[in-house]
Amino acid sequence: MNFSPAIAPAGAAHEDTPDVEFRGVSKLYGDVRAVDGVDMALKRGAFVSLLGPSGCGKTTCLRMMAGFEQPTTGQVLIRGADMTHVPAYRRPVNMVFQHYALFPHLNVEANVSYGLRQRSPAPPASEVKKAVAEALAMVRLGGYERRRTWELSGGQQQRVALARALINRPAVLLLDEPLAALDRKLRREMQIELQNLQRNIGITFLLVTHDQEEALSMSDQVCIMRDGKIVQAGSPRELYDEPVDRYVADFVGRSNFFAGRAGSGANGTIPVTLANGFATQGRSPTTAAVPRAGETIVLSIRPEQMVMAGRAADLPGDVTSRLEVVLRNRIFLGEHIEYLVEHATLGEFLVLIPRQADQGDRFATGDTVSVGWRPKAALVLRSTAAQA
Amino acid sequence: MNTTQQRSGLVTTALLAPAGVFFFFLLILPLIVIIVYSFGERAPAGGYSPAFTFDNYLNLPARGKAILNTLTLAPLATLLTAVAAYPIAYFLAVKVDPRWRLALLVLVMAPFWTSQLLRYYAWILILGSKGIPSWLALIGIPDLRIINTPYAVLIGAVYGFLPLMVPPIYVSLEKLDKRLLEASADLGATPWRSFMQVTLPMSLPGVATGSMLVFILLMGDYILPQFLGGGKVFFIGNALVDLFLQSRNWPFGAALSLSLCAIMFVAIFLYMRFVLRQSNLRQEAVV
Ligand SMILES: Nc1ncnc2c1ncn2[C@@H]1O[C@H](COP(=O)(O)OP(=O)(O)OP(=O)(O)O)[C@@H](O)[C@H]1O
Ligand SMILES: [Mg+2]
Repeated sequence: MNFSPAIAPAGAAHEDTPDVEFRGVSKLYGDVRAVDGVDMALKRGAFVSLLGPSGCGKTTCLRMMAGFEQPTTGQVLIRGADMTHVPAYRRPVNMVFQHYALFPHLNVEANVSYGLRQRSPAPPASEVKKAVAEALAMVRLGGYERRRTWELSGGQQQRVALARALINRPAVLLLDEPLAALDRKLRREMQIELQNLQRNIGITFLLVTHDQEEALSMSDQVCIMRDGKIVQAGSPRELYDEPVDRYVADFVGRSNFFAGRAGSGANGTIPVTLANGFATQGRSPTTAAVPRAGETIVLSIRPEQMVMAGRAADLPGDVTSRLEVVLRNRIFLGEHIEYLVEHATLGEFLVLIPRQADQGDRFATGDTVSVGWRPKAALVLRSTAAQA
Repeated sequence: MNTTQQRSGLVTTALLAPAGVFFFFLLILPLIVIIVYSFGERAPAGGYSPAFTFDNYLNLPARGKAILNTLTLAPLATLLTAVAAYPIAYFLAVKVDPRWRLALLVLVMAPFWTSQLLRYYAWILILGSKGIPSWLALIGIPDLRIINTPYAVLIGAVYGFLPLMVPPIYVSLEKLDKRLLEASADLGATPWRSFMQVTLPMSLPGVATGSMLVFILLMGDYILPQFLGGGKVFFIGNALVDLFLQSRNWPFGAALSLSLCAIMFVAIFLYMRFVLRQSNLRQEAVV
């Protein structure tokens, strides 16, 4: 335990006690179920993201951890101690607000030292000064102590907000869309910086975002939320490769979906008949219920899992499912080319071809080409599940 | 280019002209007259006769009591009014359901709907020997005199100027970003400490505005001391009424009123500097 004793709540002991735990937490605003029966445990030292569309309850979750809101039902535990009814100022968590909420009447130093100055007994001034200098150095703002907050750029304000929170060595750092106000380039820089910071200091981070790229690239674990519920939690790779349903598959990355009916499968492979009668196969999901024979399903195929060739005969041998399509649109993406193709009965879908394979550039809009996929590239998902 | 510049110059002049004329005839010119008068002599039958003497200024200590009263009671009354107004403004801006805010704010202003004189007469009755002192006598606190003492003036001032003090404080509290209070709580500050470290400093500009307003009005007031001070507690304003209308010593009155202006100017300057430094607030800071 390398945390200062001032913030480790009594009774917290085990290294594998989660830093924050939600047990069946719901929050109602009148009739609105902002958060609906969420169970969640943040492993110590992890970088976790809460990802979901606007209004799905991410901020509400964060605010219940910070203590600004009380859950209607359920329990909030921090390092094993029940904090459901403990006020915000007595919780060992800190938050970085979306618009930073820096105190405009205080300079950078007074902002950063604010948390330390609230402790009783107050730490000696020399210690506070040292801690502030360290915290500012950590966010690469050494020497900015005397600045007024409005004399800082957006990125610098962001860092002051980080330093102000981290100086308290919280059990968890809560970040509510901290990068949303920054421009693209700065956001990218701050993402990397946040990630490095988190690894160096080992404090658990919980990041709220609705930018899936951000969530996937930064976190060890991502919780996908929808309508106040967590639909799936897992590593970015798990979410991308093994989405539990069409919603997650669509939210994390992009995918092509084809409706169909499952046959009876074995060994992780399921034969599928698409709506137009096309017979193909896909792998059965490992994170969600396996579709039974005869059940309606969706087949999810990532655009980059598709292969393309001028003639069906030129497709690799293991590409068992093949379709004749017409190229409708071609978007140059640098490393890749994205094609929008149309099949006579299955409609339009996307194919992403790396440019290095030299056939990638050959095709032009209007051409008729062959596309296909390997059985392992297609995921069979029950279409009814979790569509409530 | 040159003609457009000339034209915009003309427009600016035209727009500023009414205010300029107004200021010149109603402020600058009278001020010059007062300055000139203040160096003159009282004409034998009263009024002004031209001269150049500093006697009027040297004579100011003759009205030292009025100056002293004004300089102690006006700031004190301003302070008390601010102290009384702050909780009201806080309650309205923070605690009250937004639906009721406007109605309650209007109620705070309601005393302004009746005549000032009427309200002071009411206070004379309340504070007079048949009012509060007689009730206090019933519970064993006899012989308390309030009316015609500085206390009566202070009570009347707080009552009378509260409606002017509440709105500016209310506005500054209302626009205070609630997320700052959450940030403060998040960083471990108890509600009381959050109030002292965030709410109070950030609402000081409102307190300063209200105080300035009340202070300026109090410094020049003469009705309040006349009614509730009963001629025993008098302000510079009362001395001026006396000098201009009764003893008709205009030059001395001019000197006294210029002194009042100078005192106010210095006091306001010092006060603003103090408040601005205290709160460290600048325009840009209010995001
Ligand atoms: N104080 C409140 N009073 C009433 N309803 C609220 C309140 N706060 C949030 N809600 C509702 O709860 C739901 C979840 O809100 P929340 O702010 O948690 O969403 P979010 O996931 O953070 O969205 P965003 O990405 O837009 O920030 C929304 O439907 C919202 O309207
Ligand atoms: Mg939100």
